Amino acid sequence: MNKVIYLDNAATTKTKPEVVEAMLPYFTEKFGNPSSVYSFASQNRTVVEDARAAIAKTLGAAEKDIYFTAGGSESDNWALKATVEAYKEKGNHIITSKIEHHAILHTCEYLEKQGVEVTYIDVDENGVIKLDELKKAIRPTTILISVMFANNEIGTIQPIKEIGEIAKEHGILFHTDAVQAYGHLPINVDEMHIDMLSASGHKLNGPKGIGFLYIRKGLKLRSFVHGGSQERRRRAGTENVPGIIGLGKAAEIAAATMEERIQHEIKLRDHLIDRILKEVSYVRLNGHRTDRLPNNVNFSFQFIEGESLLIMLDQKGICASSGSACTSGSLDPSHVLLAIGLPHEIAHGSLRLTLSDETTMEEIDFVVEALKEIVARLRSMSPLYEDFVAKNNIPQEA
Amino acid sequence: MYSEKVMDHFTNPRNVGEIEGASGVGTVGNAKCGDIMRMYLDIDDNGIIQDCKFKTFGCGAAIATSSMATELVKGKTIQEALQVTNKAVMEALDGLPPVKVHCSLLAEEAIHAALWDYAEKHGIKIEGLQKPKADISEGEEDEEY
Repeated sequence: MNKVIYLDNAATTKTKPEVVEAMLPYFTEKFGNPSSVYSFASQNRTVVEDARAAIAKTLGAAEKDIYFTAGGSESDNWALKATVEAYKEKGNHIITSKIEHHAILHTCEYLEKQGVEVTYIDVDENGVIKLDELKKAIRPTTILISVMFANNEIGTIQPIKEIGEIAKEHGILFHTDAVQAYGHLPINVDEMHIDMLSASGHKLNGPKGIGFLYIRKGLKLRSFVHGGSQERRRRAGTENVPGIIGLGKAAEIAAATMEERIQHEIKLRDHLIDRILKEVSYVRLNGHRTDRLPNNVNFSFQFIEGESLLIMLDQKGICASSGSACTSGSLDPSHVLLAIGLPHEIAHGSLRLTLSDETTMEEIDFVVEALKEIVARLRSMSPLYEDFVAKNNIPQEA
Repeated sequence: MYSEKVMDHFTNPRNVGEIEGASGVGTVGNAKCGDIMRMYLDIDDNGIIQDCKFKTFGCGAAIATSSMATELVKGKTIQEALQVTNKAVMEALDGLPPVKVHCSLLAEEAIHAALWDYAEKHGIKIEGLQKPKADISEGEEDEEY
């Protein structure tokens, strides 16, 4: 098989051709600045608002509460930093989880240096946040709870509605980083008591460089980027019109096809999980078995290291990712895998495969066969496996 | 990311395996950092390294440097093997990305550890060989902004 099998859709997705088609006129033909007076350009104001309305509809949100940004990281930074600034009279305490994306964790670390207090809540062995710990962490000075909708590495979906209810009961704002979940799972900001939500276009077959932050009406959040009066004076900068059009189109398609896509992905996901757990020894599924993103699979293969695994998969045309230290340029493996209690050496052997609606059963079966071969090969080279075999008197595989 | 030579030694590693009754065996690195290298040496009565094999748990660079290191010490005297530095291994591989330099250090340490084991078993002292560290980690911190 010479073609590429792309199983890294949590890293980024292919921009759908329909999305690109919708965007194209806004580069060379309808390139006007939406803030201009003449009709040639001011028509673009309307299409930007149409995209905003389409997105708002997918969340059960008010149109005015969607603010376009340059992506998930900007949205996360804005939500946290602006909340701290706006509610400093009330307090300076934030609660988050240990398995957030770095856009949240590194922002929290930055805020800690500014004197903000942050509590990082533990997760259980499946990566589900411990709600009792969350409740206990609440102080009179707590202004914000920020917990991701679903984890980017292990796919575990958090009890968002319950967290929203806890936040609401205590009069605390609730932000969720929904970068991995938006367009992949049903979300309703009112039912789930979400006050702020971050999303990114390129995770749902939209373009890169565009995202949004939902900010519930009435929140006092100030602008993060100062300048012109775009985005109701809350986010300056000429609108990324093609990006906004593309994101709006991608959100519409994602909402319309969600049910079908979830079914397809879960079927393939479960087939992949079942086959690997049955046919490969000393392997562990990371993340919750059922409460996980429909397209996410994450394994740890004992006695081998993730980067070697990725290179060998790449040689077979399979694109995947790992939480191994060697893939991050540091000596520590993924903070998420350590937070669910994996020892370092097992975290180093992790592999994430994230599917899409275009993934086929043939591809999954090809990947299983490739994995069986590669894992056996790397184990035959591993001193850890050699020691394990010697210690447990396991007959060597031929 | 990797040179062609690194990819070649990763894809077709030389001298993978164990040597039964090896003259010296050395294991370095730690699983916490994601790299463990074990080197087996078969040294004859004249002090020539007749055979060398390895097993490695680690990334592409760790496996490639292990493979190259075994090639470089094979057929050499003990004193010559001591000259196989991490720099020599890196050069033979046409370089490594900066974050992977510690893998080549691991290869050098693995040779030293195996030679140390040989010297201990035979009650001899190898000039210029110091007791290798069991654990290799650089402890460099990224600068924060």
